[in-house]
Amino acid sequence: MDILFLLVPLSVLLALAVMGVLAWAVWSGQFEALESEGQRIFQQESVEGSEIAQKKLETH
Amino acid sequence: MSAVLPNPAAATATVAYATQRTWAASKATVYNDKIVRQFTIMAVVWGVVSMLVGVFIAAQMAWPALNFGISWLSFGRLRPLHTNAAIFAFGGCALFATSYHVVQRTCQTRIISDRLAAFHFWGWQAVIVAAAISLPMGYTRGKEYAELEWPIAILIALAWIAYAIVFFGTVGIRKVRHIYVANWFYGAFIIAVAMLHIVNAAVVPAGWMKSYSAYAGVQDAMVQWWYGHNAVGFLLTAGFLGIVYYFIPKQAERPVYSYRLSIVHFWALIFTYMWAGPHHLHYTALPDWTQSLGVVFSLILLAPSWGGMINGVMTLSGAWHKLRDDAILRFMIVALSFYGIATFEGPMLSIKTVNALSHYTDWNVAHVHGGTLGWVGFISMGALYYLVPRLFGQKQMHSVKAIEVHFWIATMGIVLYIAAMWIAGVMQGLMWRAINPDGTLTYTFVESVKATFPFYVVRFFGGVLYLGGMLIMAWNVAKTAWAGKPVNAAIPSGVAGSAPLVHA
Repeated sequence: MDILFLLVPLSVLLALAVMGVLAWAVWSGQFEALESEGQRIFQQESVEGSEIAQKKLETH
Repeated sequence: MSAVLPNPAAATATVAYATQRTWAASKATVYNDKIVRQFTIMAVVWGVVSMLVGVFIAAQMAWPALNFGISWLSFGRLRPLHTNAAIFAFGGCALFATSYHVVQRTCQTRIISDRLAAFHFWGWQAVIVAAAISLPMGYTRGKEYAELEWPIAILIALAWIAYAIVFFGTVGIRKVRHIYVANWFYGAFIIAVAMLHIVNAAVVPAGWMKSYSAYAGVQDAMVQWWYGHNAVGFLLTAGFLGIVYYFIPKQAERPVYSYRLSIVHFWALIFTYMWAGPHHLHYTALPDWTQSLGVVFSLILLAPSWGGMINGVMTLSGAWHKLRDDAILRFMIVALSFYGIATFEGPMLSIKTVNALSHYTDWNVAHVHGGTLGWVGFISMGALYYLVPRLFGQKQMHSVKAIEVHFWIATMGIVLYIAAMWIAGVMQGLMWRAINPDGTLTYTFVESVKATFPFYVVRFFGGVLYLGGMLIMAWNVAKTAWAGKPVNAAIPSGVAGSAPLVHA
C-alpha cells in the first residue's frame, strides 16, 4: 500500500491548509457578528431587471 | 486572499491578473449575468440529454435487445455517458451558473475576467461534446466517473483552473468584507475537485486516446475511490450545499436558520470528508485497517450532514405555509430531505456487515439515485427556476403551474425508482448469499436477474416520469426566455454595510 505514502501526506497537507484558512478567517474577523451576515443577502444586492439595468446593458 | 487559492502557481498568476483587471472590474456597473445565463441554459439542455440516456439504458436493463446489436448503443458504453452527462454536464453547469451568480451578488462585484469565464464555459462544453463522442466509441480509462481519456482530462483541468482563477479572484476583489458561507462551500468544491482530478488522472499515454494509469493494482483502486467518493463529497455535496445556503434563504425570503451552524457545518464537513473512500473497497485486497478507517470516517460524516440538513429545513421555521404555495421552495426542501436520506443511508451502507449484503446489488443504484435525482437534481431545479426569470427580466416563470406539475411528476418518478431498486437490491443480496444445507448456492446468478425483471420495469417508468418533468422544465424555460430578453442586473453602489474592503 505504497499509495498511502501519497494519499495520507496529501490529506495531512490539505487538513493543515484548511486549518490555515480557518485561522485566517477567525483572526481576520470573518466570524464576528455572524447572525447579521446571514441577513446581508436581503439587503440590496442588485437592481435586477430594472430600467437602469436595461439601459446599462444597452450601453455595454 | 491568496490563502484560499488552489496552488501557489495559480495564486501568483491570479495576483498578477487581478492587479490588471481589478480596475476594470471595479468600474463595471452591471454583473456578468451572461455567463450565468449560458450555464443555466446548458444545465437544462444537458439535464434533458443525461436523463434521456439514463432512461434508455434503464430500458436496456429490462429489455436487453434494445441495444440493437450496435456496439456504440451498448449498455457498457452508454452508462458512463449517462453518469458523466448527469454529474459533470447537468450538475456541473448548474453549479457553475449558481456559483457565478452567488459570488457576484454576495461580493457585490463583477467577476474579475469575462474572458476566462468564457473560456471556462466553452472549454467545458467542448469536454462534454468530446465525452459524448468518445465514450460511445469505446474510448475509456475504465475508472468510474473518471472515464475520459487523457487529452479530454487535460482540457477539464484547464477549464477548471480558469474557473478557480475567476472565482477566487472575484472573492479577492469583493466589496463586502465578510465572505458569505455559500462561497466557502463553492470554494472547497473547486479546490478539492481540482486536486482529486489531477491526482486520479495521472496516466502514461500510449497514443492519442489510450493510456495506462500511473498506479497499479490495489493502489490504483485506492486512488480511484479516494477520488470517487470525494467527488461525491465535494462536487455532489459541498457544491450543492452552496446552492442551499444562498437560494433557500432567497426563495424563502428569510435568513438561514442558524448562520453560526452553517459555518460549523462547513468546517466539520471539509475536515472529515477525505477518508470515506475505502468503503467502496470492502472485502477486497485493500488492507483491512484501511477499510475500517473508511467506515469510521463515513459514520462520522452523519453528524455534519444532518446538522446542515436540519439547518436548511429549519430556515422555513415559522413560515411552513410557503411550502404549500411555492413549488420552487418545495423542490429545494424536498432536496434537503433526500440529502438527509442519502447521508443516513450512506454511512449505514459503509458498515461492513451491511455492505456484505448490499454491495454489487441494485441497492447501491437506489442509494446513488436518491442522492442524484432527489438531492442534486431537485436543488438544481429549484435554483434554476429561481434564476431563469431573473436572467430574462421576467417576474416569474412562464407557467407557475408547470413548475407544480414538474414537482409532482418528478417526485413520483423518484419514489418509483428508489423503491424498486431498494427492493431489488435487498432481494439480490439475499438470493446471492442463500446457501443449501450441503453448502451449494441456492440460486444461480441468472435466477436473481430474472427475479429483478419487474423491478427494472418499474425503475424504467420512474425514470420516464423524472425525464418527463425535466422536459416540462425545458419547455417552461424556453417560453420564459423567449418572452423576455437577456438582462444584466446592475451592481448597487454605496450599499449599506458594504464598508470598503481592507485586506487582512
